[in-house]
Amino acid sequence: MTTYRTCPRSGLQFDTQAEKLMLANAVVAVVYLLVGGILAVGVVLTRWPAVHWLAADNFYMVLTAHGIDMLIFWIIFFEIAVLYFCSSTLLRCRIATPRIAWLGFALMLIGSVTTNVAIFRGDSSVMMTSYVPMMAHPAFYLGLILFAVGALVGCFVFFGTLVVAKNEKTYQGSVPLVTFGAITAAIIAVFTIASGAIILIPTFLMSVGVIKEVDPLVYRTIWWAFGHSSQQINVAAHISIWYAIAAICFGAKPMSERVSRGAFLLYILFLQLASAHHLLADPGLSTEWKVVNTSYFMYFAVLASMIHGLTIPGAIEVAQREKGFTKGLFEWLRKAPWGNPVFSGMFISLIGFGFLGGISGVMMGTEQLNMIIHNTIYVPGHFHATVVIGTTLSFMSLTYFLIPVLFRREMISPGLAKLQPYLFGLSMYFFVVVMMGAGTLGVSRRHWDMAMGGSPFAYEFPGAAYLMMGLVGITGVVAIVGGALYIYITVGSLLWGRKLDAGALSPKTVPIPVVPSTVALQGHGSAGFAAPGTFALASVFLVAFVLYYFINWKYLSQVWGLS
Amino acid sequence: MSAILPPSDRLWWKQPLDRVEGTWILIAFIWCMIMFAMMVGWHIYGKQNLSTETYKTTRELFTAKTQAVVDKYTVRTETDKNIPVVRPPAGSDVYLISRLWDWWPILELEKDKTYRLHLTSMDYNHGFSLQPVNINIQVVPGYEHVVKVTPNQSGIFSIICNEYCGIGHANMVGRIYVK
Repeated sequence: MTTYRTCPRSGLQFDTQAEKLMLANAVVAVVYLLVGGILAVGVVLTRWPAVHWLAADNFYMVLTAHGIDMLIFWIIFFEIAVLYFCSSTLLRCRIATPRIAWLGFALMLIGSVTTNVAIFRGDSSVMMTSYVPMMAHPAFYLGLILFAVGALVGCFVFFGTLVVAKNEKTYQGSVPLVTFGAITAAIIAVFTIASGAIILIPTFLMSVGVIKEVDPLVYRTIWWAFGHSSQQINVAAHISIWYAIAAICFGAKPMSERVSRGAFLLYILFLQLASAHHLLADPGLSTEWKVVNTSYFMYFAVLASMIHGLTIPGAIEVAQREKGFTKGLFEWLRKAPWGNPVFSGMFISLIGFGFLGGISGVMMGTEQLNMIIHNTIYVPGHFHATVVIGTTLSFMSLTYFLIPVLFRREMISPGLAKLQPYLFGLSMYFFVVVMMGAGTLGVSRRHWDMAMGGSPFAYEFPGAAYLMMGLVGITGVVAIVGGALYIYITVGSLLWGRKLDAGALSPKTVPIPVVPSTVALQGHGSAGFAAPGTFALASVFLVAFVLYYFINWKYLSQVWGLS
Repeated sequence: MSAILPPSDRLWWKQPLDRVEGTWILIAFIWCMIMFAMMVGWHIYGKQNLSTETYKTTRELFTAKTQAVVDKYTVRTETDKNIPVVRPPAGSDVYLISRLWDWWPILELEKDKTYRLHLTSMDYNHGFSLQPVNINIQVVPGYEHVVKVTPNQSGIFSIICNEYCGIGHANMVGRIYVK
């Protein structure tokens, strides 16, 4: 029997079965964040040259587990919770087939534990990418396949819930923008998981000896359609969360639905092509293929990200100006609730994702520039800006909103929670900048010893590279402390936080009230220039982008000729 | 009204754009086209473009070809492993084997001369990372990648493996001399 709970603090209505699913997925996600965070200690303290903590075999094992637990398990468990929230909660409907949703959850849980067991046995230190012909234990692949099937089930429950809402008419007109963003993420997820299955199933069969060979280049090409695309799920998901937080904290409405939805549509059409970023330095693929794909077909997905980067702060600015913060270009921003971790985390995430993750991503994705970056530590520098500052920090901000609303607990240590996004976000800013600096000097990623002590030809990196890797260690430790604070606050609130009033239960859903359309038609109008402060910020971004882009071309023009 | 509610205007796609959005979309679009043109243009005017010349190969075939060049052009050997230092004529085909966990042989090239460098791996994926120049190329087993290189400075260069290839990965370093 379906029952609905209306949260007295937010007015959101939860299907109690969907709520349990969200809770379970979010809790397991946080557990994986904890595991991945502990593993991060091993990674940064080994790559910090003065400490060089773990032995090589343990380092590669820990690095494999850190990548998979963070990039796949933490993020996707949380995303499944977000998908259920964006469908069942935002559309005020029952969740489709809750039993099947629990089956999906169970598959994900069993799969993720299986893969972890395989890694910690020590014979599956193949990194997250597991390039053939290097082989892991069969359980490594089996776990990933089970997990992927479970996640796919979750995506279909999400789609089914959209159908339920439509059929039972719980809303009028179009779905909310945030739900539209979640649909984008789920569509990308289906493509991603299918690619993963296409390549991991034969690899699993190869590991148990049923088939003899998987071609290494075919593996790389299809694996990245899974590996990179899964990061595009994150982009669509965390951008949806930014829109949601702008709406929650400011009541902000999109500057125009058409532009924001159009940008999500560009993601659906072009974002997937980016898996080519990883293959630019590969043999066997034509230049035309590389250029078209790596640029997301003429940078249309970059265009989409640049649009979201404007419209989200723009929507906040418009909402703030309507509240009377109209002085100068930036009063709206100065008077924003910087002490509220839901907002501060989201805004630190947005700025860092754009300036650090976005710009560096385009550099690496430029066919020729890739040659001075490929497989250096610049690459993890980039993706820590996208998936840690972008995705993880957004998820953290959303959690601070969900603790009272979904978990029904009062947050413990609100002072620490206020500090956490700054500590974590800003230390990650430094962390990724020094990583990219070290990468520019040629330091390799996934490398145990930058001094190469065991080789007769040891290359000595410049002192600046050692300095930057030392700073990677220091800022990495600070970021881990920031991450630990998040886990302490979240888990602590769940365990010891004061229980809050759950709100009224009802056997029937209350449909979303229809607002008369005359209210909306006022819009912002084409004559205005409604968000000048945001436009100024965006211009600063563009200047940084253009300068850094051409600096890299200058750098490339000085290296050996290649043709 | 807000982004977490359905658009209150059912015909939301008819709502006009704000000038901030319109202007930014135009600027961003132009910048995207410039970046695309830059990538294509560098293929015409730039001097650093990665070749796509690739052949399927096997361990035996590639080893034989490498050995032939080593036999013909070795000028000396280095280290206690007697790694040959090969000095091929300018413009010729040069072969470099990557395997667990070394690069073989050592190459001695001439500045400002062009060579056809053949790369493959005998086992796992490896990464050709030329330092301190910082050129990075993926090396994939089964595929022979022919890259035309023109060193523009003389000195001692190291090839660091930057694709994880197992426990000895961090010690997989090769050498190129440029005279």
